[in-house]
Amino acid sequence: MDFSLSTEHKMTQRMVQDFAQKEILPIIKEYDRKQEPIPFALPRLGELGILGICFPVRYGGQGMDFISLGLACEELEAADTSLRVAMSVHVGLCGLTLLQWGSEEQKQKFLIPLAKGKKLGCGAFTEPGMGSDIASMQTTARREGDIYRFNGEKMWISLASKADLALVTVRTNLTDSQPSNRLSTFIVDLNSPGITRGDIHGKLGVRAGSTGWINFQDVLVPAENRIGEEGEGFMITMSAFDHGRYTVASGATGIVRSALSASVRYAKERSAFGKPISSNQLIQEKIARMSQDYEIARLLYLQVGWLKNQGVRSTLETSYAKKFATEASFRAADDAIQIHGAYGYSDEYDVERYLRNARGAIIYEGSSEIQTLIQAGYALGERKQKPLRCEMPAYDPVFWQSID
Amino acid sequence: MKIWVYIDHFKGKALPASWEVVGAGKKLGTVAALIFGQNVEALVKDAFEHGADEVLLADDASLADYSAEVFSANLATLATSGSPDIIMLPTTTRGREIAAMAAIDLKTGVMVDGIAIELQGDRLMVTRPIYAGKLLVKETCSTKPQIVTLRGRAFPKPTPEPGKTGTLTKVTPISGGELKTKVEGYSTSDSGVSLIDANVIVSGGRGVSNNPALTPPAGLDEKQAEIWRAQQGFTLVKELASVLGAAVGASRAAVDAGYVPYSHQVGQTGKVVSPDLYIANGISGAIQHLAGMRTSKVIVAINKDADAPIFKMARFGVVGDLFQILPALTTVFKKRLGK
Amino acid sequence: MKIVACIKQVPDSAAKVVVENGRISWGDAPLVINPWDEFSIEAALQLKEKHGGTVTVISVGGENDKEAIKYALAMGADDAILITDPTLAGADTQAIAQVLASAILKIGGVEAGFFGRQAIDNDSGLTPAQTARLLNWPALTLAAVITYDGSRIRVERSIEEGRQSVSANLPVVISLVKDYGEPRYPSFMGIRKAARAEIPTWSLTTLGITAPAPVISWPEIMNPPSREVVCEIISGGTPDEIAETLADKILAEKVL
Repeated sequence: MDFSLSTEHKMTQRMVQDFAQKEILPIIKEYDRKQEPIPFALPRLGELGILGICFPVRYGGQGMDFISLGLACEELEAADTSLRVAMSVHVGLCGLTLLQWGSEEQKQKFLIPLAKGKKLGCGAFTEPGMGSDIASMQTTARREGDIYRFNGEKMWISLASKADLALVTVRTNLTDSQPSNRLSTFIVDLNSPGITRGDIHGKLGVRAGSTGWINFQDVLVPAENRIGEEGEGFMITMSAFDHGRYTVASGATGIVRSALSASVRYAKERSAFGKPISSNQLIQEKIARMSQDYEIARLLYLQVGWLKNQGVRSTLETSYAKKFATEASFRAADDAIQIHGAYGYSDEYDVERYLRNARGAIIYEGSSEIQTLIQAGYALGERKQKPLRCEMPAYDPVFWQSID
Repeated sequence: MKIWVYIDHFKGKALPASWEVVGAGKKLGTVAALIFGQNVEALVKDAFEHGADEVLLADDASLADYSAEVFSANLATLATSGSPDIIMLPTTTRGREIAAMAAIDLKTGVMVDGIAIELQGDRLMVTRPIYAGKLLVKETCSTKPQIVTLRGRAFPKPTPEPGKTGTLTKVTPISGGELKTKVEGYSTSDSGVSLIDANVIVSGGRGVSNNPALTPPAGLDEKQAEIWRAQQGFTLVKELASVLGAAVGASRAAVDAGYVPYSHQVGQTGKVVSPDLYIANGISGAIQHLAGMRTSKVIVAINKDADAPIFKMARFGVVGDLFQILPALTTVFKKRLGK
Repeated sequence: MKIVACIKQVPDSAAKVVVENGRISWGDAPLVINPWDEFSIEAALQLKEKHGGTVTVISVGGENDKEAIKYALAMGADDAILITDPTLAGADTQAIAQVLASAILKIGGVEAGFFGRQAIDNDSGLTPAQTARLLNWPALTLAAVITYDGSRIRVERSIEEGRQSVSANLPVVISLVKDYGEPRYPSFMGIRKAARAEIPTWSLTTLGITAPAPVISWPEIMNPPSREVVCEIISGGTPDEIAETLADKILAEKVL
């Protein structure tokens, strides 16, 4: 069993790390304080091909594999969560779901500009009154001949005000006895008449990110924008979450690493009672815990990347990785603040930002509670994984990298 | 030993490092200074007064502009007939290049950017930094002539003896044939000194805003008045920096208080710098700041608080009023550095 | 333009470098492309993009010194050659310049040899000029700006007094400084290509030369002396007196 990263993986990791450390890290604090996105961040991610990293070249992407996606997310979030959130929604929720479930026409029309970074995508599932209970969503889409009429509101949508396209799951069937059969998923042009969007400020963390709401008032969406069949929306949404969760897990691993390296640096420099605090066992305990958690989080997400490369559906492994890494990142940031003492409590240092950023991931993309239920379901044998009509294909370098 | 020293100059004005090399050469043997250029006769007097025993002067239109190929070819040709034991140059952009190319012509080697030299028999042992100064090596060259360049400011500049003379030999430059490179012009670069690359940094901290002798203009509230006072204080910092060719740094306290932009912040959460000289004014020396400048070669602290932690790291300290010391220091350095 | 870029593999600039038992050690710091060489590759690629041609990377090193070459390929260089020969151990800049000059001549038709201004391990900055000398090509060193009008190449050199503008006909040797502009990151396609690349190796036999005997040697390598800092407080009757004394002390330290 070869646990090593290939030359391609290592070079990819270094490239994204260089970008994040050189271009984002020096200015992130200023934008986090202002609660505004860095204006050039998303265009740069697009220019450098990072927004299309794991899509086939024939669909405008860079042809790298799923492990590369995870490594990129770890490096981006090691600098700031806002960058990785963009990857989660653009690549994870929107792009990869299109790749998995979209028709060839839809991939040509929508995936190519997304993968090239010419258009930005996001995922719209959550509503003001609904988060975990996906089946009960209230936004409706009524079929009227060749179009669907959308009405409702989505909320807590990352890149809501910045994206051009959204993967939206809505209720198309009001009467089916099984709530999960009532949903369908569409790719929606966010510049359509009837759509209004706005930003949500005042978040505890990811303040240099863009989170908002999307309101649909009699928005007409062409039927050809529907992904899959009516009634498949629930399964498609679950696929979207598997992709998004993988990026959240790999990203949170980056926070653990950043908290660890900040703590090591500070503990070696700061002295108390005549010696550096790194020689105190209570400090060492925190550092040991962070370093072990980093290793575990890393192995868990790399396993998911590997499974995705094999074309194996990895809902359970993704759940392990997401729950573990997000909770570990919060703990690590918390410990890092404690190690920094009063300085940890000030935004002069980065560790308080890690804590505020980390907290969100325990809630979104499938809360820790939902992950627990998923894991128990599998362990008790009560959760049956039915084959999907559209499975994500295994990563095949030839298909991903050739243009015909 | 027969020592030749190449005098590096720009438009007839010698770079001070050239005289340092003359001084170092004199400790090894008799020194002949080599001067190449056009209308550079004035340098001959300077060379003798700084200690050269002999001057080899090539004053010609073909040498009006510096050209690596031409200058190094001339040096090599002269050396082939003159057989110096050692050829020394300052490590300037031109000196390094001339040494490099002459060594090829003369089938010998260059010991570059030495900070200390000693003679062992007739072999020079040159101490020089490698890995950006993380290590030092003692280097030697097995062939003749031994070519060495010396780092600027590492060797003392000899005090000129007015009226001292020596032997002047005028040499004809070799006809280099068609000049391969054409010099098209010069311009001064207007980029300021960046903190990371600076050899000298002058910094200000919170103490820079405390000048009791200043009265802020009317109409400013307390916060604005504090910033105004700090900016007056930073003007003193900038004046010293300008005379020293230094970059301006600041402590976190000064940045947070709004005296200077974040780009000037030196410290754990600002820039980490490693200049040859760091002058800290009104900076107490909290560990976060020290972490950013601790590896500076020479730290000078000026602070009115004798217990300020920065004095523990400083090589030189002044416990006093920086609003008086800074301007005095600026005046003295202006004189000493001839600015 | 047919460009050959000469690069070197060195320990990462953040590495802690020490001497242990007479040998230089950088612990487990990674080996990377010499940072200055990234600028020369960038300049070469920009010229290729504007005027067409190819960029070939050559590097003198050991059998395993391929990281730097792969990085250059990932940035966009077309191909690469590793020059390796056990007889090159202990080579000085003069010897390396001879090897590089031979390689450039063997490649044939080369119009420009590009270098970073210096390698961050040896810090000598001699190799570009020496290679130029051996090839008898003009050396346009310390270039911050490069322009080519199809017949003459012009650079603005970064010198103590500002900028010097120099031009020459091809072929030339150029060395780059940081003022040139930020080098690009490797592209993903470049990374794949580099990871798969088979890098040919040339020995000195391939070049038809024997190892030039080094004339520079290092009888001693030392860790720099650790400095014990004892603060000297300068006092005096007036600020002017203090300033004079302090200035003298600072100047005596030879840091200005």
